[in-house]
This record gives sequence, structure tokens and C-alpha cells, in this order.
Amino acid sequence: MPPDRRSLPPAVLIAGLGGLAAASIVLFLTVGAKGSWSFILTFRGTKVAAMVLVGYAIAMSTVLFQTITNNRILTPSIMGFDALYRLIQTVLVFQLGSAAVAGFDPRLRFGIEVAAMVAFSWLLYRWLFSGSLRGLHLLMLVGIVFGVLFRSLSGFLQRVIDPNEFLVVQDRLFASFNRVDAQLLAVSALVVLAVSVVVWRKAGVLDVLALGRDAAINLGVDHRREVMQMLVTVSILVAVSTALVGPVTFFGLLVANLAYLLVDTHRHRLILPVAALVAILVLMSGQLVLERLLGFNGALSIVIEFLGGIVFLIILVRRAAR
Amino acid sequence: MIEVRNASKSYGETLVVDDVSITLPAGGVISLIGANGAGKSTLLSMISRLLPVPAGTVTVEGMDVTTTPGDVLARHLSILRQDNQMTARLTVRDLIAFGRYPHSKGRLTVEDQGHIERVIRYLELEAVAHRFLDELSGGQRQRAFIAMVLCQDTDYVLLDEPLNNLDVKHAVAMMKLFRRTADEFRKTIILVLHDINFASCYSDRIVAMRNGRIAHQGPPEDIITPCVIRDVYGVEANIHEIDGKRVALYFR
Repeated sequence: MPPDRRSLPPAVLIAGLGGLAAASIVLFLTVGAKGSWSFILTFRGTKVAAMVLVGYAIAMSTVLFQTITNNRILTPSIMGFDALYRLIQTVLVFQLGSAAVAGFDPRLRFGIEVAAMVAFSWLLYRWLFSGSLRGLHLLMLVGIVFGVLFRSLSGFLQRVIDPNEFLVVQDRLFASFNRVDAQLLAVSALVVLAVSVVVWRKAGVLDVLALGRDAAINLGVDHRREVMQMLVTVSILVAVSTALVGPVTFFGLLVANLAYLLVDTHRHRLILPVAALVAILVLMSGQLVLERLLGFNGALSIVIEFLGGIVFLIILVRRAAR
Repeated sequence: MIEVRNASKSYGETLVVDDVSITLPAGGVISLIGANGAGKSTLLSMISRLLPVPAGTVTVEGMDVTTTPGDVLARHLSILRQDNQMTARLTVRDLIAFGRYPHSKGRLTVEDQGHIERVIRYLELEAVAHRFLDELSGGQRQRAFIAMVLCQDTDYVLLDEPLNNLDVKHAVAMMKLFRRTADEFRKTIILVLHDINFASCYSDRIVAMRNGRIAHQGPPEDIITPCVIRDVYGVEANIHEIDGKRVALYFR
């Protein structure tokens, strides 16, 4: 009996998305190129690498987070990651001054940011996550409260800071692919690769976790341990992408839900690659629009959150209507 | 054999399961009955390790449920709770295939496929096997979930109100299926039931709970009596024997 699925066969879908993503990369590298190719390709190549990496990390972290929370309208940012990143940036500039911060070894700063974000989330999980579903909800609630606390603290510091320094802070808080350090890219790529291997091997367990806590326990999955492990994985991915380019909140929500729409399946071995490809495609075309059509007048997060917001509303309204 | 020794559980100040000790023998259909809030579902969740056991012990075939690794237990005991909402988009066949996860960890063998096909046939789900769960009626979805736990092929199958959402025809078919599974494959089926007449007609043994304790237990003829039903539910019932089965009338 032929299954009455509306979506394309997975192989076709992945090949198609892969082709589109590759095309968007080529377009991004070549459109409007004037002058020395070796310079342009290196310059834009770094940006492309950053976008691929960040898109991949955000797509994966959002899908994982939604799987363990059994909720498709949450993103890891609910745990206060973005806010913590803001706070770290603000405190650094406030305490040391923008000149000192700019003089930092970028690898050191990156290391500190990632370590702080992962440590924060790990402590929160250890403290609060008892293993029950209520525990997971409590964890998210406390994450939101911490997010508000961090935001208020950085808001306060930004008000009392020297106005020139404030501009520096503000600039750092918009996601941007224009100031990515090539050295950091290599380190991040390694981290993300290592995490991906773990996640790929756990894909079967993830499928089971998506059934919900009771069903997962019934099927013999150590729910508490697996969820803890995935939460830590998510924090690493979010920390890396945030430390690289800054907070891109809405983006994950958008690409994860687009991926669910595209592949009518529960299998993470399909959802994860599709989400990653969608993420790369969206980031590339977004940046292309930003740089070539809008002439750099804005940050990528503005484009993504504008379009993402519209798409997301459409998805929600359509689902409510069904 | 499932042995519960001095198990207790409280939510805040309220004791929901109060120092319960009971031995459930292997084989047959056992029904748990009792008024709302009597502690049936909580006891079932403790036996199946969905809830921790704060006091006392629960063993299944000699394995302590709190210390035995989850995947070992999953090959001996399966549980289905009442509300089964999920966000993942699954077809009926995908869901049923998950029942084989404890045995094959996601890589389905030919034997697994055989189990899946057989369960689909038993539960008359052939026509909807390729449909997505969110496109089904409540009763069809309920049967799909029951199919998943039956596909798990465990010696003990625990079901919390499995007749929810089922019409009369499917409720009867489901109870007959449980009876058959217990008789032919020597399984132990433990059900939380609200309909005492279904419990009376299909169980080997009925356990009645009241206020977190085991109030009565025994074969249907000992439990389906005016006296026990008044004690457990606080209603007056006329008991009639029809075709050798006791039926309680409590509608007036």
C-alpha cells in the first residue's frame, strides 16, 4: 500500500536542499565581486564557513531542544543563553573598558564565553532537573527567570556605562557574520563536529525521546540521563554559535519548523540534516539580501527575525486552523 | 510475579498510596478498580517505574524496578498511561515499530517485522497503518498505542484505562484480545478499569483500592458483591448473574 505522504522522498529532498544550499553559497561568493578573486574568495569564504557552522549548530540545537522538551515552539534561548551572553559582553566592557576587551586574544575570550555558558547551564541542570516532566518545566521556568535577571543586570550596566563604551557593547550584541575570527572558526568546527558524532550515534534514542517521557521509559531508555546529556549538548552548540556571531534567537525556531514541514517523519537522521541544510540556505540568502539588496544597512538578525516572524506566524495559524 | 512490599507515595501532605503490600501472580488478567483518586494509577506507575518508589519495594520477577536497568525491565514489563500526546509526527506503523525498540534498538529484524504485522492484524489496524496519528480518531489512536505495548511482547503488560475512547464494539474486542493474549501466550495483563462489569466478565482476579490501600482482592465472584461495591464506591448495586458472569447494576 502506498503511503499517502505529501512530502518528497527523503533522498530527493536532501539532494534538492543540498543543491540549493550549494547554489546559494556559490551565489554569495560571486555576486557583485569586483577586484582580486583571491581576496574576495578568502574574505567571503570565511563568512561562508561561519554561516555554515552557525546555521548547522543552531538548527541542531533547536531540534534537539524541541525533542527533549516535546514542544515545537521553544528554542534553547528560553534558558537564558542570549541574556547570559549579553551580560558577559557588558560586564567585560564595563569592568575592563572596550580598548582592553578589543585587545584580548579572541581565542581566550571565546573560550571564556563558551565555558561560562556551558557551566551556567550545567549547574542549572544539576540543581533542578529531577527527571520528571515537571522538573523539565521547572528548569525552563527558572531559565526564563535567570534570563530576565541577566537582561536587567546588563540593562543596568549599560545605563551607567560611558556612552562611547555603550556603543561598543551594543555593536557586539547584534548577530553579525562580518567580524568572525578565522582561528575561532577552526576551533568551533572541531567542537561542533565532535558533538555531531555523539548526536548522530544517539539518533535512535532521540527518536524514542520524542515520544515523551513515559513512552521513553517504557521502551527502556534512561530518560533522565539521556535528557541531561542532550541538554549539555544543546548548551555547547548554542554557546559556540552565540560566541561566534552573537545571539540569533528566532532563527532556530524558524528552520526547525520548516524542517518538520518538509520531512513528514519522526526520524532524527532525516530531520537533523534537513534542518541544517535549511538553516544554511536561509542564512546564505538572508546575508545575500542584506549585503547586495540592502547594501549592508542592517544586521542579519533583523532580516531573519522579520522574515522568520512572518513565516512562524503563518505556521502557527495554519496549525491552529487544522 | 509482581511483589509490592510496603509501598507508599504522597503528593504533598496527601498519601496517595498508603503502605500497600500485594502479590500479583504471573499469568491471567488482573483488574484494578476503585473510585477516582483511590491510587490505582499511581500504584501502576510505581510498579512500572514511571514514578519513583519513595518507600517500600517493588519487584518484577525478582528484579527491583528502581535498580534494574531500564532496558532490561523493558523486555519484561510494558506500561501504557492514559494520556498519550506526542509532538512527533508518526504513522501508526512507525509507532508500533517502536514497541520493538527494547529488543532491537531501532534496527528492525525480520522477526520484529513479523511481530509488527501480527499486532497490526490483531488490532485491526491494517486500514490505518500508514496514516499519521494526528489524523486518527481517539479510539483508533488508543488502539495504536495499545498495539505498541503489545508489540513489545513483554510477560507483563500494564495498561491504565485502556478502554478510554473506545466504543462498545472495540472495547469488547480489546478485552477479548487481552483475554486471548493472557491465555495463549501466558502473559500477565494488569488493567486499571472503571467499568466494573468489564472487570467482572474478563478478569481472573480483581483488586479493589480505596484511599490508597488495597481494600479487597480476589476472583470476580468475591468482589462483585453489593457489599464490596458499597464499600469501594459508596453506591448501592444490584448484582445479577447472567450466563455465569456477575453483572452489577448501579444506574438507579
